[in-house]
Amino acid sequence: MPSDARLTAPATAPAPPGPLRAFWRAFRENRGAVLGLAVVGFILFVAVFANVLAPYSPIEQFRGFSKLPPFWVEGSDPRFLLGTDAVGRDMLSRLMYGARVSLFIGLSVMVVSMVVGVALGLAAAFFGGVADVIIIRVMDLIMAIPSLVLAILIIAIIGPNLTNTIVAVTIVGLPRYVRLVRASALTELTKDYVTAARVSGVGKFRLMTKTVLPNCVAPLIVQAALGLSDAILEAAGLGFLGLGAQPPTPEWGSMLADTRDLMLSHPWVMAFPGLAILVTVLAINLMGDGLRDALDPRLRRS
Amino acid sequence: MIRFFLKRLALTIPTFIALMFITFVMLRLVPGDPIEVRRGERGISPERLAQLRHDMGLDQPVWKQFLDYANALLHGDFGTSIVSKSPVLHEFLTLFPATLELTITAMLFAIVLGIPAGVIAASRRGGVYDQTLMGLALTGYSMPIFWWGLILVLVMSNTLHLTPVSGRVDLIKFYYQPVTGFMLIDSLLSGQEGAFMDAVRHLILPMIVLGTVPLAVIARMTRSSMLEVLEEDYVRTARAKGLSWTRIVGVHALRNALIPVVTVIGLQVGGLLAGAVLTETIFSWPGVGKWLIESINRRDYPALQGGIMLIATIVILVNLFIDMLYGLINPRIRHAK
Amino acid sequence: MKFHKLLGAALLASSMLVAGAANAKTLVYCSEGSPENFTPSINTTGTSFDAARPVYNRLVQFTPGTTQVEPALAESWTVSPDGLTITFKLRPGVKFHSGVNGFTPTRDLTAEDVIWSFDRQWKPDHPYAKVSAGSYDYFNDMAMPDLLESVAQGGDNMTVVIKLKKPNAPIIANLAMDFAAIHSAEYAKFLLDKGTPEQFDQIPVGTGSFQFVDYQKDAVIRFKAFDGWAGKPKIDDLVYAITPDATARYAKLKAGECQVMIAPNPADLPDMKANADINVLEQAGLNIGYYAMNNLKPPFDKPEVRKAFAMAIDRDAIIKEVYQGAGQKAKNLIPPTMWSYDDSIKDVEYNPDKAKEMLKAAGVEGLKIDIWWMPVQRPYNPNAKRMAEMIQADLAKIGVESTLVSYEWGEYRKRMQAGEHMTGMLGWTGDNGDPDNFFAVLLGCNAEGKPNSNNIPKWCSAKFQEVVNKAATITDQAERAKLYQEAQKIQAEEMPQVNIAHSTVFEPISKKVTGYKVSPLGAHEFQNVDIAE
Repeated sequence: MPSDARLTAPATAPAPPGPLRAFWRAFRENRGAVLGLAVVGFILFVAVFANVLAPYSPIEQFRGFSKLPPFWVEGSDPRFLLGTDAVGRDMLSRLMYGARVSLFIGLSVMVVSMVVGVALGLAAAFFGGVADVIIIRVMDLIMAIPSLVLAILIIAIIGPNLTNTIVAVTIVGLPRYVRLVRASALTELTKDYVTAARVSGVGKFRLMTKTVLPNCVAPLIVQAALGLSDAILEAAGLGFLGLGAQPPTPEWGSMLADTRDLMLSHPWVMAFPGLAILVTVLAINLMGDGLRDALDPRLRRS
Repeated sequence: MIRFFLKRLALTIPTFIALMFITFVMLRLVPGDPIEVRRGERGISPERLAQLRHDMGLDQPVWKQFLDYANALLHGDFGTSIVSKSPVLHEFLTLFPATLELTITAMLFAIVLGIPAGVIAASRRGGVYDQTLMGLALTGYSMPIFWWGLILVLVMSNTLHLTPVSGRVDLIKFYYQPVTGFMLIDSLLSGQEGAFMDAVRHLILPMIVLGTVPLAVIARMTRSSMLEVLEEDYVRTARAKGLSWTRIVGVHALRNALIPVVTVIGLQVGGLLAGAVLTETIFSWPGVGKWLIESINRRDYPALQGGIMLIATIVILVNLFIDMLYGLINPRIRHAK
Repeated sequence: MKFHKLLGAALLASSMLVAGAANAKTLVYCSEGSPENFTPSINTTGTSFDAARPVYNRLVQFTPGTTQVEPALAESWTVSPDGLTITFKLRPGVKFHSGVNGFTPTRDLTAEDVIWSFDRQWKPDHPYAKVSAGSYDYFNDMAMPDLLESVAQGGDNMTVVIKLKKPNAPIIANLAMDFAAIHSAEYAKFLLDKGTPEQFDQIPVGTGSFQFVDYQKDAVIRFKAFDGWAGKPKIDDLVYAITPDATARYAKLKAGECQVMIAPNPADLPDMKANADINVLEQAGLNIGYYAMNNLKPPFDKPEVRKAFAMAIDRDAIIKEVYQGAGQKAKNLIPPTMWSYDDSIKDVEYNPDKAKEMLKAAGVEGLKIDIWWMPVQRPYNPNAKRMAEMIQADLAKIGVESTLVSYEWGEYRKRMQAGEHMTGMLGWTGDNGDPDNFFAVLLGCNAEGKPNSNNIPKWCSAKFQEVVNKAATITDQAERAKLYQEAQKIQAEEMPQVNIAHSTVFEPISKKVTGYKVSPLGAHEFQNVDIAE
């Protein structure tokens, strides 16, 4: 395999500046996408530097200051800009650290899904026959069970915590990646250049990684952006059902669930985590739309 | 055509068997015990636990339990719920109409609003309407629906008192037995004045919550599909011939643009059932989604197993149906596979 | 066949509705969930007991709103001097309901019905023993198989004699519990002959003040008044509107769609109290929520460490944020409403500085522990997760590092009973109002000095055990009270666990409702309730 190792290297090298600049030019035209990118960048910044930016520790409880409203509502305390939660923890700090948790889950799911999805999808496309049937049937199985029910079942088996949330959400979302890669690979395989490469005796592995995969990258990137937002939503859904990150981790979904009993009496405690989820997911989706249009205008989202 | 159908149907059989096996094994891997979980603080003595497990056949080796289960299933027996002691199939069939009513109305809500929104956006491409509608659609698509549900309850029910918080109909005011299981139909059959409107009021919020994501998807899909069609030569020809814009969009283009939209609608079925789980939980809607969650919490293996099998069957059959539809529209697919 | 049944039911329903228009008084109770079935002896949940309670009576019953026992189907009873024989005299002329499935009773209550009701739970060869896969949990949990020698007819068919294997003071209170409901042996035979014995647990027939009319899963249960031995209730129709969500229940109460509701959200109580149409009734719950330290795992074998922990936990803050004020700080194991409560015990003060010193003095430094929290809401602990987060923060202040741990409920309790935890929370709701039901169950040890499974702190004290054992065998209440007070003193000294709170039960009702009493045992009863038009 040494020849393969040598040959795969250029494939992962950065694309020449030409297409990249072209891509950026196309992306820039979509104002929504730029806005989305800016918001995602901001949230990422907050998440990374939460420990510097947040006014307090997300788990520090200020006794006697619980359930304070945000600054524009009467009865608020200027020290807690967005108020406090049920046990007196600063809402703003928790939201900031929560961004870290949510993005960590989302990105981890995305990376793992990409790697596993690409491997399985390519394998199905190339080996065909039994391997293809098995992989596709397993993906059908996963898709046949309502995603949330399957995720809950998986969590019930392996126990609720942050890592397992990532595992469950990855498994549930995997079929989309596998099918996408397989379909793109199959399309590419019928093209002349692949046939030519085959005829000239290029090995299977090399064919997969060097010639076919780069041509599936565009739809994959778009799928990754959508997968990121879906993963954040699903993880939040699990957190809402009490099956995500465990206390006192500030995860947006579980923050929401923790305050359900305060829904009528202190609605703002419930409003912020939900808004945080919505804004993050919306920004990622805006960005994803821009990516799609810029990379491949023919790609549609379904 | 029939051969194609039968072939596809045959292909689903291994999927079913695998599904049965995997759910069975998964359920046995879940820690916890259907007997233990129903006990209060007092718990249960090991001797009695062993006795009860024996009575329920839970002490048999898993492979034997599986064979028994598969055998019963072949005879159409989905087992008996541990909690309610009633047959799983019966339980499912009593609850399923509630879920079906919710999902169908949510889908109708999404279609009725989504397609016009997409058409308007496409015909005013780049304009204020387009941007507003698509902005809303993307927001809907990004919505955490559990939060959306709570916010709607807070605003519509608790602040404005427009809609009830949960349930399907006010059974205190209106007293009738379910006939079809569909509240909208049953309330009409009951002949009681106001019952139908009451059922509608109960349905509105869950319908909106569940329909939000499909609505967004359909609107976006209609728009992009429409835009593509509007580029086609025949549309230009029609325009050149002086046909009114409304007529071109509403009649000629729409018909063609709808084909991909129909498939997208079909693809939403799986997602709808997943969304129903959360929606039913928030609104205490007595459907299968809520029932499945409760069954997980109670470790009610037979109910869970049967429920998952039945839901999966529906999803698989719907997918098969969509494939068939594809085959009808595009004969090339038939031969490709 | 099925359609006919439905049609019949629909006709019945519409005829009832027409009749109902003629000024019938209907009370709607917003309940929490669907019952598993209608036979209390095969159920374990309060929701299921509540659903069956209007229909059934027991030999004796708890006076509404109290834990005192009063005669019910038994007019009177006598206990033999050795405490081994109890003779019940049945009330004459007690009528059974007619069933909606066509059953019509031909006779009044006799000893046969009482014996049938106990034998079903007791004798494996009883024709109904296996019906509905019944497992008779309460009967077994209350150790009835170990206690009962025989249940038989006395001199005539209106006398029941219960013989015990050993004297037991709490047995009369046990017989007032739901599992001891008296069924109709004639109805059981009717269904057996019909070949549909499983209907017995779905269509209840009893002697209670309300008879069963109809049940729709996850929606509604209907009863109508029955003119039985206790007299005709003041309301004509009783309806349970099954409403799992607390917010939804409150909305219904406000809209007048129900008149009594269970389990309000504590956070909504201020709003409810401010509402001019709602009365918020309250009653100290017969329960305890505690935080146990595993005494078998060092350093919790040292009483100083346990006391330091008790001192470090800010229970006032917990009452405020977890119970939303709907709780009372606990200094003893038993709630203050229970007889033998020792009010002279001095409560532990909240003093983190002193606690830190005490830990240091005990040689404990850099301690790392786990805190277990229940995955479910219980009457004695409305939000274990929140409580765990607060205790974690409190303990951090005295330099104790902790991680939070939880499991699925059945698993959680099993592991705790096995003593796998280091520290964790659990609690208890009293079954029958007897102190023995707290002391012996929650801190009991066996003859070899090994903790019972429900002894979560895994604490054994020979002195404590001796006092509690002695109290269970004597019948004089004053003497028993003295012994239990001694037990409380021992507990306060040893601090095997931190008693956090006794929760308060709140029940918002419409101001139109009169005569409703909140039960300390968590029961919901409508026998004496009236409603103004």
